[in-house]
Amino acid sequence: MSQKHEKLIDKKGLRLDGRKLDELRPIKIEVGVLSNADGSAYIEQGKNKILAAVFGPKELHPKHLALPDRMVLRCRYHMAPFSVQERKSPAPSRREIELSKVIREALEPSIFLEYYPRTGIDVFVEVLQADGGTRCASITAASLALADAGIPMRDLVVACAAGKVDDTVVLDLTDVEDKADGADVPLALMPNLNAITLLQMDGTLTLEEFEKAVNLALEGCKKIYVLQKETLKDRYVSVKEVEE
Amino acid sequence: MSSVITRVKQKQIAQLIAKGKRLDGRGLTDYRETKVEQGIIERAEGSARVLLGKTEVMVGTKIETGEPFTDTPNEGVLTVNAELVPLASSTFEPGPPDENSIELARIVDRGIRESKVIDLEKLCIEPGKKVFVVFVDVYVLNHDGNLIDASALAALAALINTKMPNYEVEEGEVKVKPGYTPLPVRRHPITVTFAKINDKLVVDPWLEEEQIMDCRLSMAIDDDGNICAIQKGGSGYFTPKQVLEAAEIAKEKAEELRKKLGW
Repeated sequence: MSQKHEKLIDKKGLRLDGRKLDELRPIKIEVGVLSNADGSAYIEQGKNKILAAVFGPKELHPKHLALPDRMVLRCRYHMAPFSVQERKSPAPSRREIELSKVIREALEPSIFLEYYPRTGIDVFVEVLQADGGTRCASITAASLALADAGIPMRDLVVACAAGKVDDTVVLDLTDVEDKADGADVPLALMPNLNAITLLQMDGTLTLEEFEKAVNLALEGCKKIYVLQKETLKDRYVSVKEVEE
Repeated sequence: MSSVITRVKQKQIAQLIAKGKRLDGRGLTDYRETKVEQGIIERAEGSARVLLGKTEVMVGTKIETGEPFTDTPNEGVLTVNAELVPLASSTFEPGPPDENSIELARIVDRGIRESKVIDLEKLCIEPGKKVFVVFVDVYVLNHDGNLIDASALAALAALINTKMPNYEVEEGEVKVKPGYTPLPVRRHPITVTFAKINDKLVVDPWLEEEQIMDCRLSMAIDDDGNICAIQKGGSGYFTPKQVLEAAEIAKEKAEELRKKLGW
């Protein structure tokens, strides 16, 4: 299989987009980008462009879904029809339903759900352009949107993938790298608690490669975490200064 | 999660696990009794039933001809679907597949696809036009926990049991000839699922353990002891150390089970 496509890593150890093996794609994050949402965030990671919005806590509809002891978190991951090469039908695919579930489960451990019994909170993620690693970028943005909405949280959740390309373990795979014969390990982390809240994998990895990939992804998460915090500070610390 | 377990029992399960024991007498990394039967549905091209303790899953495979995907014109198509049949549990409702059955199907699919169980290129009839489509339908008949491992095992057993129709192509038409050839199954991935309870990992959680677990982690291990698919589920978390520990145990358990089944 691997002979079919061109080399994804050159002799100098650089990837197709010129990155080093353990280098993230350029990341741009903004919070509070949507006026109607209670919290929102926008992330660009390489060619990925993703919007996340939070509505709530609010009364849950249908009402029978409400829980007496905690808030219900709902999550929808959705890709725009124009986000990929061939038009994607706007109807939710099985992949999107699965990703909505794992993104929800990645965010849930970070939120003090018990502070808001009988309510619901909706997280909407729209992938406007996809280039590999959208679930991770979605989690990074969604967690910021929750923070922007003022939801009490144990920590921010940050996500990043590592994987294997041309038999080498690398960080933050693009779509081309992901589709090649290798492996992809998306991982979400609450850095302060050293807690992994999302872990998936496809491809083939030895136990040693897996350990390496997990460690690399953890490092990547910690780097993005710094950006996440800076983004929040930029937004809220400067607002405070203006008020004075 | 509508069925209720008493607080007393929850506490008991958690306390026992802290001591390295389980309510049903198993050790933390023991599987329940595992039975695999193959070829139980004659109308299906392949079939199997797996019993994992009281959990029961049946898988039937059907083979039809169809069009390949545009990005893989030389490959047959593999489709996995899972039904949480209402008779299997009071928590399963009739209706279109919910996120749980979709997730189950996609975990089983990933285990089979990523470890390259079937040589999909051998299922090509006419490149870009006609290929064999293998339908793997997972039917959960009794839910007593760990549907993932039972379904993955049953799906593999059914694929091993699957016979492909012989055929010839006449003027673009596929004509089925008498006789069958076995589906070319090359690999034997085994999926091992852990539940995290009281900060400890237990293998093959049964229903009551699943109801009190923080989260679960499933790993598919191929014939060479490599990991080929992972899925974390549930709204808890694992530490990096627990993940690596789970990978080691999964490798051992998969080897053990594969040896026992003679695959």
